[in-house]
This record gives sequence, structure tokens and C-alpha cells, in this order.
Amino acid sequence: MVETSVRAKAAVEVRGLTVRFGSYTAVEGVDLEVGEGEFLALVGPTGCGKSTLLNVVAGLLPPSAGEVYALGEPVGGPNRKAGYLFQQDALLPWKTALDNIAMGLVFRGVPLREARNQARPWLERVGLARFGDRYPHQLSGGMKKRVGLAQVLITNPRLLLMDEPFSALDVQTRHLMENLLLELWQEDRKSVIFITHDLEEAIALADRVVVLSAGPASRPIGSFAIPLRRPRDVAEVRLTEEFLGIHQEIWSLLRGEVQKSYAQQG
Amino acid sequence: MPNKAKVRLWQVGILLVFLGLWEWGARTGRLDKLYFAQPSEIAARIVKWFSEGDIYRHLWVTSVEMLLAFVIGTLLGVAMGLWLALSPPVAAVLDPYIKALNSIPRVLLAPIFTIWFGLGMLKMIALGITLVFFVAFFNTYQGVREVNPVVLANARMLGADGGRLLRHVYLPSAASWIFSSLRTSIGFAVIGAVIGEYLGSAAGLGYIIQQAEGVFDTTGVFAGIVVLMVFVLALDYLVSRVEAQLLRWRPQEAEARS
Ligand SMILES: Nc1ncnc2c1ncn2[C@@H]1O[C@H](COP(=O)(O)OP(=O)(O)OP(=O)(O)O)[C@@H](O)[C@H]1O
Ligand SMILES: [Mg+2]
Repeated sequence: MVETSVRAKAAVEVRGLTVRFGSYTAVEGVDLEVGEGEFLALVGPTGCGKSTLLNVVAGLLPPSAGEVYALGEPVGGPNRKAGYLFQQDALLPWKTALDNIAMGLVFRGVPLREARNQARPWLERVGLARFGDRYPHQLSGGMKKRVGLAQVLITNPRLLLMDEPFSALDVQTRHLMENLLLELWQEDRKSVIFITHDLEEAIALADRVVVLSAGPASRPIGSFAIPLRRPRDVAEVRLTEEFLGIHQEIWSLLRGEVQKSYAQQG
Repeated sequence: MPNKAKVRLWQVGILLVFLGLWEWGARTGRLDKLYFAQPSEIAARIVKWFSEGDIYRHLWVTSVEMLLAFVIGTLLGVAMGLWLALSPPVAAVLDPYIKALNSIPRVLLAPIFTIWFGLGMLKMIALGITLVFFVAFFNTYQGVREVNPVVLANARMLGADGGRLLRHVYLPSAASWIFSSLRTSIGFAVIGAVIGEYLGSAAGLGYIIQQAEGVFDTTGVFAGIVVLMVFVLALDYLVSRVEAQLLRWRPQEAEARS
């Protein structure tokens, strides 16, 4: 199986992780491992603690208890070896698309001119060759996500953390972005944690889907390998018999958690 | 959108009506010229000043004073604003002192500054700085505190820290606040210079106005005010041009100005 072959060296190791906000326990006793080169999707009902978990792995949020290792090192402070694609708009509004992409390098000490030269091919790869001198407010939502993706990938992180990056996009744009992501990922197989609350998206993209329980004190309650063939087309793969089977299996677990979550909020 | 030409027409119209009424009132004796002067005489006085040339020396003195106050006050204010915004413990300690200092009516500092610095330019510059500093400081502080936390986290994850974070994230983010402070500051720098001159100096527009007032020369006072006004408007225009250039990434600003 996929799992055993990639587990050899873990890209991310989370042991007994607990995060509290005041008296509220968001996640508790989380154990999670992401293999080198593995594409892991994390699903769970809204508010269960997915972003919290990702922020801890990124080093943006200190854990209340537990250990977190990324790429073999304990995490403490923003992890520069990881790339983080945020749920919200995170581009620098005062930089053009090209400069936004270049910033990933400039922040690491590459001179601006050189960084721009390296950013140009990335602009092309995400299909924005003609939009390099536009500011973020002059780009559509999908275009902004492309710039964000290029901005993160240009730093060539070994670990890619993505927090519902496409959830604000319309279905067509979303499929385009998912395919683009898979295409780029296929090139060098970075380790990925991809958060989504869309189970179909999770199955279409990932090697493995982990389900989180409803909060408070959320934790992983199921891990499903996705043996679908690659390369995949995210729109077509959804129509296969195999896909539907996997979907049914995971949904039967996830549905209960979603209902619990609604019951708590109602 | 109102028609630009129409707006201009109205603006000029209002000015002409206002000046016309004033002139008419002064000529027909409905307004006492001793108190209100007369536009045509004020204009004549300004022309006379410039043709005689003595005004240039005073303009120069006031300009130097206010520009220095403006530049030094802004630099100090921005630096202090950055420092405090980025080190909350320091801000917490200094907060009451800053509030206390800012609550002093600056006019009251003029006599003290006269004792410290004499009647030369230094006094006016110091007075201007005490005004400009706080405007720049508060705006920079606020601007930095309002940085979008997601944009900041993103820059951090991309590897930015220290100087790069300051240059590429904090300063651009605070720029619109700082610019709005610049335009207020120019006015304050002028106030500092002119009030200082007025309350005791040997040269400058405030000095001219004070001299004119001393002999009840209302025309001279108004002429001085008009020259000052034009001067401030010109500076404000310059700053707004620089601002439009530097903040062209902003959605409404870019469209509204083009
Ligand atoms: N800074 C904070 N202070 C207090 N509570 C917080 C904070 N951040 C998150 N929480 C709480 O922790 C829980 C998990 O939040 P989190 O943002 O991780 O959820 P999520 O799974 O990402 O949700 P969504 O799918 O809606 O993005 C929520 O109940 C939230 O209210
Ligand atoms: Mg979230």
C-alpha cells in the first residue's frame, strides 16, 4: 500500500498535540504523521480545529502540549522550510503580481532583480504571463490564488501547508486550480497537508484522507488511503466507480461528526 | 460623478462672489476698512511686497523653519511610531508620558523656547517639531498596528524578518496613514513657525504680520495670511502628488485620481 512505502521518513510528526484557547480545548491528543512526498488531506466539520492544527505545524501557533516535528526538526517559530497557502487573501496588496511572487526569494536575501527573473517563469506556469504588473486588487479571486501558489512554490518548500485554498472559488475555477496543483505537485512530490471541508476535493487530490472529529477536543478518528491512479483529472476522477465507493466509506464516518457539530452550534 | 469643469466653475464663482462682496462692502463703507481691509488693496500690497523684494527674505526664513520642522518632526515621529508599535512593552511604559506631552498647548512653549533658543530660527523649528512629531507618531503607530495579520503571517512564512518585514510589510501598510499625517503636518509646521515668529522673532511671515498688526495695518495682516495660504496649498499639492504615485496600488485611490 501507499502508506507503508512513504512512511519510511516522516515529513511531519505530531505527537500528543493539544491546543487550548483559554478554557476552550480546540484539539486534544492529536497524533498525526505525514510521509515524505505524501499528499495528505485533512477533513472535518467547520470549527473543529483544522486551521489550528495547521498553524501549529507551520510554527505560527505554539502548542499547549505535545510535540511537533517538521522535516525532522522540532517546530518553534515560523517554519521557513514549509510553504503556507492561507485560507484568506495573503498577498501583499502594495506589490504587483510579479513582485509578490518574487518576494518569496527577496525575503530570503535574493536581490530584487534576480528574484524577478526567477519569478517570471512562475508567472507563466500559473498561467498569468500577461498579468505580472497588476496589483492584487486588479486580479480575480482565482488569479490571486494562482499568484499565492506561485509565491509559495518559488521558495521550493519541502512541505506544503494549504488551508482551504480554493474554497472561495467557483466550481470551474476550482477544478482548474486543483488540476494545476496536482500538475505542479507531480513534478517533485512535495509533502502536502491540504485542509478542506469538501470531501470530494480531498479524495480527488490526496494519497490519504484523515478525518477529524467535531470539536471541542477534536482529534483524528479515521485515516483512509486513496488508491486512485495518478495522474488524475479532478473532474473526471469523481465519476469513477472507485471514487464513489471511497466517498461512501469516508462519508459514513464524517457525516456523524458534521451532525454533531451542527447539533452543538444549533 | 459630477462634471469636473462644472465643479471648477462653481469653485471660481464662489470665490469671485465672495471677493466681490467684500470689495463692494469695503468701497461703499459698509465694511470698516480699518478692520476688514479691501481685497484690491491686499492684492496691491502683495504685488508691492514681491516687487520690492523684501518679502523673499521673510518667505525664505519661514520656509526653512517649517520645512525643517516638518522633516525632522516627521522623521522622529515615524521612527518613534515604528518603535513603539513594534515593541508593545515600551509603548505601555511610555504611553502616559506621550499623552501628557501632547496635551500641552504648544503656544505656551513659545516663551520657554525663546529662553532656550533665543529669537532665531531654532525656536520656530523646535515649536514646529513639537506639533508635527505627534501627528506623525500617532498615525505611524496606528498604521503599523493595523497591519493585516494574515499578510503579516504570510510574509513571515515566506521568510521575512527584521528589516525586510519593516520595509516590505509594515511601512507600506502604514504608508496611507503616514501620508494623511503628512498633509496635516504641513499645516502644523506652518502654525509652529508662524506662531513662533508672531510671538517674538526677527524675521518671517509671522513677524511681518505681527509688525503690521502693531501699527493697525489690517491690509498687511491679510496680505501676510494670503501669502501663507498659497504657500501651504502649494506644499499640500506636492505631497498629494507624491502620495498618489506611492500609493497607486490602492483600489479607490488609483481610480479616483486618474
Ligand atoms: N485565537 C483563538 N482564540 C479563541 N478561540 C479560537 C482561536 N482560534 C480558533 N479558536 C477556536 O478553535 C476552534 C477551531 O478553530 P479553527 O479555526 O482551527 O477551525 P477550522 O477547523 O479551521 O474551521 P473552518 O473549517 O471553519 O475554517 C474553533 O471553535 C474556534 O472558535
Ligand atoms: Mg479554518
